[in-house]
Amino acid sequence: MLRYITRRLLILIPTLAAISVVTFIVIQLPPGDYLTTRIAQLSAQGDGSLSAQELERLTQRYGLDQPVYVQYWTWISNILFHGDFGDSFVYGRPVGALLAERLPLTILLSVLTLLFIWAVSFPIGVYSAMRQYSVGDYTFTFFGYLGLAVPNFLIALVLMWVSLQYFGTSVGGLFSPEYRDAPWSMPKFGDLLAHLWIPVVIWGTAGTAANIRVLRANLLDELRKPYVTAARARGMKRGLLTIKYPVRVAMNPFFSTIGWILPGLIAADAITSQVLNLNTTGPLLLDALLAQDMYLAGSVLLISALLVVIGTLISDLALAWLDPRVRLRY
Amino acid sequence: MQHPLTATDERTAEPPAAAAPLLEIDSLHTRFDTADGEVRAVDGVSLTVRAGRTLCVVGESGCGKSIMARSVLQLVEPPGKIVSGSIRWNHGESGPVDTTALEPDGEQIRRIRGNEIGMVFQEPMASLSPMYTIGAQLTEAILLHRDVTPDEARQIGIDLLTQVGIPQPEGRFDAYPFQLSGGMCQRVMIAIALSCDPALLIADEPTTALDVTTQARILDLLKDLQRHNGMAMMFITHDLGVVAEIADDVTVMYLGQAVEHGTVEQIFTTPKHPYTQALLGSLPTLEDTTHRRPLTAIRGMVPHPQNRPTGCPFWTRCDAAIGGVCDVEEPPESPFDNGHRAACHRYSHPDGGGSVPLPAPAVRGHATDRSGRGQAEGAPVLEVRNLTKQYTVSGGMFRRNKGTVHAVSDVSLTIRPGETLGLVGESGCGKTTLGRSIARLVDASSGEVLFRDRDGTQVDLAALRGAALRRYRTRVRVIFQDPFSSLNPRMTVEQIVGEPLRANGMARGSTLTDQVAEMLRKVGIQPEYMSRYPHAFSGGQRQRLNIARALITEPELVIADEPVSALDVSVRAQILNLLSDLQDELGLTYLFISHDLSVVEHVSDRVAVMYMGRIIEEGPADALFGAPQHPYTQALLDAVPIPDPFARPERSSTVPDELPDPMNPPAGCSFHTRCTFADSDHGCSTTLPALTRVDEDHDAACHRSSDLTLQGITRTREIPEAS
Amino acid sequence: MTNAPNPDAGGALAKPDLGPGPEPTESTGQDRLALASQSQLVWWSFKKHRLALVCGVITIAIYAIAILAPFLAPYPSGHHNNEYTYAPPQSVHLLHEGTFRPHVNGYSFEQDPDTLALTFEVDPEIVIPIGLFVEGPEYEILGFIPWDRHLIGPTDYDAGPMYLLGADANGRDLLSRIMHGTTISMSVGLVGVLLSLFLGVVLGGLSGYLGGKVDTAIQRLIEFIIAIPTIPLWMALFAAVPASWSPVQRYLALTVVISLVGWVGMAREVRGKFFAVRNEEYVSAAIADGASQGRVMFRHMLPSFTSHIIANLSLSIPTIILAETALSFIGLGLQSPTVSWGVLLQEAQNIRAVSTAPWILLPGVAVVITVLAMNFFGDGLRDAADPYKN
Ligand SMILES: Nc1ncnc2c1ncn2[C@@H]1O[C@H](COP(=O)(O)OP(=O)(O)O)[C@@H](O)[C@H]1O
Ligand code: SF4
Ligand code: SF4
Ligand SMILES: [Mg+2]
Repeated sequence: MLRYITRRLLILIPTLAAISVVTFIVIQLPPGDYLTTRIAQLSAQGDGSLSAQELERLTQRYGLDQPVYVQYWTWISNILFHGDFGDSFVYGRPVGALLAERLPLTILLSVLTLLFIWAVSFPIGVYSAMRQYSVGDYTFTFFGYLGLAVPNFLIALVLMWVSLQYFGTSVGGLFSPEYRDAPWSMPKFGDLLAHLWIPVVIWGTAGTAANIRVLRANLLDELRKPYVTAARARGMKRGLLTIKYPVRVAMNPFFSTIGWILPGLIAADAITSQVLNLNTTGPLLLDALLAQDMYLAGSVLLISALLVVIGTLISDLALAWLDPRVRLRY
Repeated sequence: MQHPLTATDERTAEPPAAAAPLLEIDSLHTRFDTADGEVRAVDGVSLTVRAGRTLCVVGESGCGKSIMARSVLQLVEPPGKIVSGSIRWNHGESGPVDTTALEPDGEQIRRIRGNEIGMVFQEPMASLSPMYTIGAQLTEAILLHRDVTPDEARQIGIDLLTQVGIPQPEGRFDAYPFQLSGGMCQRVMIAIALSCDPALLIADEPTTALDVTTQARILDLLKDLQRHNGMAMMFITHDLGVVAEIADDVTVMYLGQAVEHGTVEQIFTTPKHPYTQALLGSLPTLEDTTHRRPLTAIRGMVPHPQNRPTGCPFWTRCDAAIGGVCDVEEPPESPFDNGHRAACHRYSHPDGGGSVPLPAPAVRGHATDRSGRGQAEGAPVLEVRNLTKQYTVSGGMFRRNKGTVHAVSDVSLTIRPGETLGLVGESGCGKTTLGRSIARLVDASSGEVLFRDRDGTQVDLAALRGAALRRYRTRVRVIFQDPFSSLNPRMTVEQIVGEPLRANGMARGSTLTDQVAEMLRKVGIQPEYMSRYPHAFSGGQRQRLNIARALITEPELVIADEPVSALDVSVRAQILNLLSDLQDELGLTYLFISHDLSVVEHVSDRVAVMYMGRIIEEGPADALFGAPQHPYTQALLDAVPIPDPFARPERSSTVPDELPDPMNPPAGCSFHTRCTFADSDHGCSTTLPALTRVDEDHDAACHRSSDLTLQGITRTREIPEAS
Repeated sequence: MTNAPNPDAGGALAKPDLGPGPEPTESTGQDRLALASQSQLVWWSFKKHRLALVCGVITIAIYAIAILAPFLAPYPSGHHNNEYTYAPPQSVHLLHEGTFRPHVNGYSFEQDPDTLALTFEVDPEIVIPIGLFVEGPEYEILGFIPWDRHLIGPTDYDAGPMYLLGADANGRDLLSRIMHGTTISMSVGLVGVLLSLFLGVVLGGLSGYLGGKVDTAIQRLIEFIIAIPTIPLWMALFAAVPASWSPVQRYLALTVVISLVGWVGMAREVRGKFFAVRNEEYVSAAIADGASQGRVMFRHMLPSFTSHIIANLSLSIPTIILAETALSFIGLGLQSPTVSWGVLLQEAQNIRAVSTAPWILLPGVAVVITVLAMNFFGDGLRDAADPYKN
């Protein structure tokens, strides 16, 4: 097991390096370099132009007069050794600070969504498999398909519209207006919880639907295996047996959810976050991309890729812990 | 038919009625409601298992044996359902119960399951959950029915593992099923089934998926256990050899019905039902004869229960069928001596005549005289020299090489024109790899495969590639094992059988069609079926197509890799007969690969025995089976069940069933870890014995072959005279 | 001797298994089955799947709309009338004053005295006759067949507007826009999937066929691409597309970007199938038959996974449609004047607009119906894809 973990960690290094290169390429993709964009930006805003000094400083900072590979090294070493992700010109602030502001909330939301997906899909998946072709199974299956077919942002839109139309309130944002700028307190926390469930449910739909489908299919396969009959033949109760044997095998997809839910929410559901007006990293990425604020965009991309890698690692380890076949193969 | 009693067994001497009936099944019907209609899997079976005795239920696959067994414990999964009949269990704590009347998965039936009736299945590995250790699954079974603490359960579990013959039971207790061999897993399953001292053990083909040596050990184990705790057994099998070895009583099933009941002696000496007689006739047996007896195949195959014929279920295949009677009325059961019963009109109907007319003497005009076998003339068709094939085993996500397996190690072989060389060995010993290396379906790592061309020159097939190699692909042909996966389901019979001609530009258009038609006729398939797809054919017919494809290029050498292993006994006999007919007709040379010694003995002129990638003995079939020179050959012979209840083996020393890890073969003689004669004085564990000549045309690789006298097949059976 | 089972051998017992009797695969009623090719078997087993069959029909209908949009839609995609901002949907009336005269009703305005905002009411007084195959604005089907008939529309295009599904902010007919959007959205799905298929089959096939180092390299690449979060990567790549590109260029860039990331799934599938089929004995048999590498590959192996690939394709298209919708919705994908469902939904970004004119969410309904139909259809196809599994 220890060897497995070490190896697993070692292979992270080249992967992460490759990811950083791709991110850097993405940063470099838009025509022109950071400076020209920045200058264009400033003149568009009518703020005049950069001082020669400032120009010099930025050229130095990003190594813009150097060859591309030096620029890459400047960029990545600043991140690695100084935690300096560069500056966002849209927000006019260091990228690091922007991320620090938004990451905690995003991660909180991700974890809540993960728990929501598990809590909902587990009982439904098991029920659907054990009562295959029952009315309940058909209903859940249909909703599963629906959950996969409706884009999250559309659900968000419809929900916003319905609440505005019929309840006169907006469900967007994470705080009611009176708490928005208030310091942290119990009521503010309660207000947060009251708002949180909406993005959690919306984000959870697709994941829940996918998980139910996979769990149901896996469990149906497992239920037909000879070891189930063998366990019945030694007098085990059906329910207990199902939970103890096949469900445990069929649980695997749950752990792979960790691999994608975390990073997914950092960036993938940017669109939904935008619609719901959430202070997460998603809208940050979106703004950055639309404005070609590439250091910011690149950083979000880098962090979400990092999270994919970490998420996959966690889910692989969880799987190895759960399944002796995986654990003992190495 | 009379059989001279050659042995008596004190258990079978007592009349069967003496033992009390433990389980009584009465006209059981179990059906499946499928989308394509109702499948009557079990259709009125009645049978009785008596206390302390072993009842074997025998019949070809699809006869409903498994479903019947599962019905006893209400284990049939939906859409299967017991629709009528009763199953009386006379051992219930609260007196006799009808298990069909119990609530499925209810309290009562669960008390019977595992506690009063234990069950063992065909797939030992798959019958254990991979997620828990075998110890966990064993203690779970103990704790379910016995009032003990987990610590006591663990101790009981370890004792049980010892009892079923698992070495180092304490260590194995915490192993996972996938870390054990199939044989070990089956022992664990038996330990679980025995954990609560059941009065009855139901074993559904418990040894079918195992090697002969392992099978022999499991059968011995079951017999031992039974002798100790006096439980009854219902043992399901399709193998009459196993029946002869283990049964007290026998029930023969055909198409969901029990057609004959009797003691094992009655069934083997005076079989009454034509199906029983035909089954016995279609068996190749290990016997010391110089004549290759053609097998009396049963025509056709077991129909699917949905196409159950009216009247007697067997009439479509029965040679004794009485027109207008058998195809109309179901035959009632007729009683014979001592509880022997059979359901056949021949005994009950006024037109039946009271006996089954015997078929014409089953000896073909051209039955090969094998007295001179092993003497094939002429320069060898094929010479294999020092052939080695190694595989690098890589594992894990990093694909690092974990080691090398020598699937074939320094093998040399000679096959002479017109002969059949049999190749035997346990699964995994490298038979298939050797065959495929010769056929160039895998590339050998080193060595030569010298094929004699028509002009007498030898060509090294192992060195050829591209078009040069393809030319020889028409000369050396392969018959594959799996009749299902070896025919491309997306091509018609004509395309499949004609493919070798087309691919090699040997024929096209109407010539090709004519040649395919001709070939199909030869293998007994109507040429009109040429435009059909393989899914329209049964297993036996598919194997005929497989043969047709192999032979259509008029090859010199045919490599038949387990050609009958996937087939039922009756169909197997048809295919074996066909193969030997074609050999005589076309002058073929066969390399016949099989794990089944009786089949190999039946077809081969010479036999080579393989163990862990090496040939350890090779010689004329008679010599090799009659006076083997290698302990491994003897071990294999000892393990083969012989379909004769009077020749039950007394296996004093069976080989252990654990094969060494092929990645770390033992030093010295690779068999020394299992050999009962291994002796360090002879260098068994240090020096690799070379294949050396021990007799005329007979080689063996054993340090002790000169000082050992092995008895070969000791159990001879006299064939009932066809009078 | 030509007849192998020697007639005098073994007496009656040695007959081959062609004897009389009801063997399941032999009875004449089963001839149809015996002679059925793979595609027939797939079709028969697919047909049993009612829902999948219905969804297949719906899918075909949606593609028909995509092709025939200019004919089916009452208005060209650019047609607008600023007078009718957010005009509500009209309903079709068949009878007018007791006689058969299909029509819709026009609108009357009302101005809110406080906010000065205009609201529309459908006015039963105003009658706008409509009909089938009416003459209207000219268009070209598939870009080259000029015509001026429309399946449905006002009999006189000047008599008044017909907004069966309401109008958008610029007074454009939403029904027509959704139909025109079908063309782009569906073709993005198809073209994207075909590109993915091409990349996936080539790389997956290479991986499976060559094995060894090539396989390892391609597998590494796939694992790496999977490690990058898909949608952000799409977004980032697409954000780099210069704003100055023409609609056609943007369209091509979008499909290329989507398939660049999307091929990995297909490649994995192809490779997996390839390995599975390569281990089938009939492939060994083909090699032993002396068939050349190409023949083994194309004649023996390929046919056994075509049906899987088709099923996979039909399950991938919805993913791409969803991706296009999301990207365009947020402004990173296609942009006006190109009409796609995502572009249409851009208007719904403003929640106030949604509450005045909820029908602007209707393009989303089109997305959901399409994705649902294609998923059910694809699942049915996948289940039927291997008719030999039992
Ligand atoms: N789940 C099922 N659905 C439909 N038919 C079945 C099912 N299980 C078994 N059968 C049918 O029941 C018959 C008897 O099966 P089985 O008891 O397994 O035979 P045996 O053990 O003698 O080989 C077979 O023809 C098989 O097709
Ligand atoms: S009843 Fe007739 S068909 Fe059936 S086994 Fe007896 S003789 Fe044969
Ligand atoms: S060499 Fe030794 S170990 Fe090997 S078979 Fe002979 S006696 Fe047994
Ligand atoms: Mg069975």
